[in-house]
Amino acid sequence: MDVPAIDVKDLQFSYRDTPVLEEVTFLVEQGDFLGVLGPNGGGKTTLLKLLLGILKPRGGRISILGEAPHNAKHRVGYMPQNTDFNVNFPISVREIVLMGRLDGSRLWGWHSRKDHLKAEEVLKKVGMWEYRRVPIGSISGGQRQRVFIARALATDPEILFLDEPTASVDSEFETDLYDFLRELNKEVTILVVTHDIGVISRYVKSVACVNRTMIVHKGREITPEMIDMAYQCPVDLVAHGLPHRVLPTHKGE
Amino acid sequence: MWDALQFEFMRNALLAGILVSISCGIIGSLVVANRIVFLSGGIAHAAFGGIGLAFYLGFSPVLGAGLFSVAVSLIMGAVTLKSKHRADTIIGVLWAVGMALGIIFIDLTPGYNVDAMSYLFGSILSVSMADIWFVVGLDGIIFLIILAFYREFLAMSYDEEFAFVVGVPVKSLYFLLLCMTALSIVMIIKVVGLILVIALLTIPPYIAEKYTGSLWKMMVLSSLLGILFTIVGLWLSYSYDFTSGATIILVAGAAFFLTQITRSLRGHTLQADRR
Repeated sequence: MDVPAIDVKDLQFSYRDTPVLEEVTFLVEQGDFLGVLGPNGGGKTTLLKLLLGILKPRGGRISILGEAPHNAKHRVGYMPQNTDFNVNFPISVREIVLMGRLDGSRLWGWHSRKDHLKAEEVLKKVGMWEYRRVPIGSISGGQRQRVFIARALATDPEILFLDEPTASVDSEFETDLYDFLRELNKEVTILVVTHDIGVISRYVKSVACVNRTMIVHKGREITPEMIDMAYQCPVDLVAHGLPHRVLPTHKGE
Repeated sequence: MWDALQFEFMRNALLAGILVSISCGIIGSLVVANRIVFLSGGIAHAAFGGIGLAFYLGFSPVLGAGLFSVAVSLIMGAVTLKSKHRADTIIGVLWAVGMALGIIFIDLTPGYNVDAMSYLFGSILSVSMADIWFVVGLDGIIFLIILAFYREFLAMSYDEEFAFVVGVPVKSLYFLLLCMTALSIVMIIKVVGLILVIALLTIPPYIAEKYTGSLWKMMVLSSLLGILFTIVGLWLSYSYDFTSGATIILVAGAAFFLTQITRSLRGHTLQADRR
């Protein structure tokens, strides 16, 4: 039996006196593709930042691949929700992707040939290789999101964390991205935070809902129980992607 | 202008201006990119406390300013990390308290200390060879540090959170940057005075950012612009008998407004800049 990808017990977190997460306990096996739903302000992004070691928990225990969150840093990839910060910064697409190759252990010197090859590989994967020399400020929001996904992939992660990866991309890229993630999921554990219940139903292996606490459901289809859960924590039920069936076919139909 | 160069103090001033502009361009680019302009202003003014202390105890004001500004920068850095939402207030307090301390120390020092004023408005015409060697050493150290950690500084400046997640020691780099900023500021104080430090530290990078596509190019262009502003400013101040520090800053300010105007005429509105 492999070490679980993510093992969280009794996690507590609060900003000052406002509790954000309470009694969060869940386990994600390696190879899983977990979709995390939840209302705005329900604690999704906070949970992600705790799993990445950016925030420190007030209580409870987090183990990522058997290690403390920040010790597993070379083994996780991360794509933040917000990609439109610092757009006037003088930095090229390729330089951003190369950031994913840093690990804090080789502080001196320049990027190796291997780093550059990896950057090329992931930029080609997201279809942004021809933009490698372009400043980040002169591409569209959707293209920027592809670049940030490439940066997360450049870390060669065992677990990939994505926070609303398709928030501002067109539906065509959204479908492409999830097809691509499904392929990637053969080797990499994926945790994706999203508003889009349609995506959840078509691609993920398990669903979780975060609203102060967390409920995890195994299964890739949206069942009536999951809709119940979704209504308990209201999510965006409007499907942004191509039209598709959300509910399973009724027997009498 | 060339006849001015027959004077040793003019040659020293020019050399010091050029050397200071180099570290100023490198550090200024990081200061602008990491949005620690206000903090740098705080360091510059609080440094006056160290200058006053040095006068009172009778040791080198540059040493006093150096030690004091490094200490203040570390305190300000710790405050910024700990209580982000009130960091600006606390920096403002340290800014004023440091300055006030300096004035009181100078009051306590017997004799008339006209020299203390030169630290407020700069004294590039009284730069000694020892000062120049100090700047050469500092330029060398800054150059080596940036060369060694360029990728990490770039990552931290663009996206601190991601840099932390992949394992870049962002806190150590942040404090390292603050120390380098503090030491550069001590040098810039010599050129334009502590009141005008911020202008020389931020105007060249601000202009350079608009015309460059990478951080290192921004650093190089900032340094070149700083050198240009210093030379033109010194020449004007010599020709018209103006205060050198203020003239250098006005030259930089003129370039700042000129680039803003030409850019807005070319259609780069503020809105487009923000995007």
